[in-house]
Amino acid sequence: MIDAPKLTLSNVEFCYAQGAAVLNSLSLDIVPASITAVLGPNGAGKTTLLNTVLGFLKPQSGAVLLDGVNISQYSRSQLSRLIGLVPQAEHIPFNFTVLEYILLGRTPYMGIFSMPQEKDHQAAESMLDLLHIAHIKQRPITELSGGEQQLVLLARALAQQPKILLLDEPTTHLDLGNTVVILNALKDLARRNVTVIFTTHDPQVAIYCADQVVLMKQGHVLSAGRLQEILTSAQLSRLYGVQISVQQVAGRPVVLLPR
Amino acid sequence: MIFIFPGEVRLKNNRLLVLLVFVLLAVFCAAIFIGRYPKPYWMPLNLLLHESLAQKLVFSLRIPRLLMAMLLGMSLAACGQVLQMLFRNPIVEPGFLGVSQGAAFGASFAILFLGASLLHVEIFAALFALLGLALSFAIARLVKFGGWILRLVLSGIVVSAIMSSGLGILKYLADPLTQLQEITFWLLGGLWSATWTDVLFILPVVALCLTAVFLMRWRLNVLSLSDATAFSLGTAANRERVFLLVCAVIAVAAVTSVSGIVNWVGLIVPHVSRRIFGSNAQFSLPGAMLIGAIFSILCDVIARTLLAGEIPLGIITSFLGALIFIILMSRQNLKAASHD
Repeated sequence: MIDAPKLTLSNVEFCYAQGAAVLNSLSLDIVPASITAVLGPNGAGKTTLLNTVLGFLKPQSGAVLLDGVNISQYSRSQLSRLIGLVPQAEHIPFNFTVLEYILLGRTPYMGIFSMPQEKDHQAAESMLDLLHIAHIKQRPITELSGGEQQLVLLARALAQQPKILLLDEPTTHLDLGNTVVILNALKDLARRNVTVIFTTHDPQVAIYCADQVVLMKQGHVLSAGRLQEILTSAQLSRLYGVQISVQQVAGRPVVLLPR
Repeated sequence: MIFIFPGEVRLKNNRLLVLLVFVLLAVFCAAIFIGRYPKPYWMPLNLLLHESLAQKLVFSLRIPRLLMAMLLGMSLAACGQVLQMLFRNPIVEPGFLGVSQGAAFGASFAILFLGASLLHVEIFAALFALLGLALSFAIARLVKFGGWILRLVLSGIVVSAIMSSGLGILKYLADPLTQLQEITFWLLGGLWSATWTDVLFILPVVALCLTAVFLMRWRLNVLSLSDATAFSLGTAANRERVFLLVCAVIAVAAVTSVSGIVNWVGLIVPHVSRRIFGSNAQFSLPGAMLIGAIFSILCDVIARTLLAGEIPLGIITSFLGALIFIILMSRQNLKAASHD
């Protein structure tokens, strides 16, 4: 099994046309095959960070490195076999079936003129089994529930067999049951040597599955490191600008809002 | 609900496509015999075998016209599907991006100032259709806001408006007894002027463009996703989208130069095909091309046969297209029902 490459962001600056800097001399080291949660207020640049790691947005200065090599050195197809994306609430205007949609994740392994082959179908089917959604494979994706849809998005990204998986608020619209299903799938991925990075607004989600936490505010990293060291009352209060208390309950941190 | 294995779905869709090829062949062959010679509606095989006038009629008029109808339907349907998927909007049609209005302006210009020779009309229609496309892309680059798709849509609307106001001026200037009639007839669409020369000119262009689109039909699925997702799957999204758009629209510009404005085929046929094959362009794109060809041939047969005089093709396609659209809209769960 190929190890997940080591992901490093070094002094990344990014701004949209005519805008203020969204990412501001941002540096970050991500431990391979671990789960990293990115927390921060709205507009902190979390989604921009994911899109920059993906290579979709090009930093104006600084670099995103995989094992020390700038991702701009990689070809599109190389990159697409290394990094997968689960966007937040992908709007899909056409009624693909679940299986067809997951097969789209095999595109990095297909030529520009090719159709999915038997091995691609097998890969897609095994993702269905992995996430226990084989029973909905012929359903149209627009008719799925929110939880099923998120699992299908995840399955599509996994069919890509990425070594780094980026997820933008994967649990935002999910109930507790589906949240745990998704987070368990992420834990499982990290055990299979995949680096997982996701954004979230819910510190409790980070506590459930993350190894590292990155706190982002106004385009730069406020602090980053091991979960237990970063998710403290002082840090979270500083991050969100309200009094937040972190207590230990049954050996785990619990986040309490001010009352 | 019967459990369908994916292999069976693929097999079923492939069989349906083969079936459609045979339907197209059957319709094509039958249409050779349908017309108003020697008397309305049917030419006996015997006559075709023995009478030279009948042979001449079939080989120099009906067959090139049928081929033209086939190319027309295939191009409009393929282009409609490409535009609908790339713009992520199921109600887009090939005339978008200034192409139809550009062709209309070019043809009218030729009718007014170049004496309405067929060749001039066709050349100018094709040139201005491509000019409309080029202008749409150029103006899209000037727009300072919005994503790539929104910018193209906006500039397509603008270019269409400019072209149609130009067309308005030409109509105003035209001699109402001769030129205006010709312009109007051209705008209603028709294949009465199709010759072997047209077919031989247009066939390579259409074949090349549609082959490219056909080969990239899996890519088309991916390119219908959001920009970041399409990127994450390894596509050069904008470059590939432009390539597909240009291929699809050039095919339409080529056929439109002969046919004039034929509405509704490019809008309705991709919908029908998605109802039958599902959204996956791997099947629904070739499906749309075949259905488009069959639909156009049938409409053109009606156009040239129903009355003693020719009915403009665009009238037939609009009327039947709108009827089909009503049926589709009122039977929303046709696809769901087929799974039960």
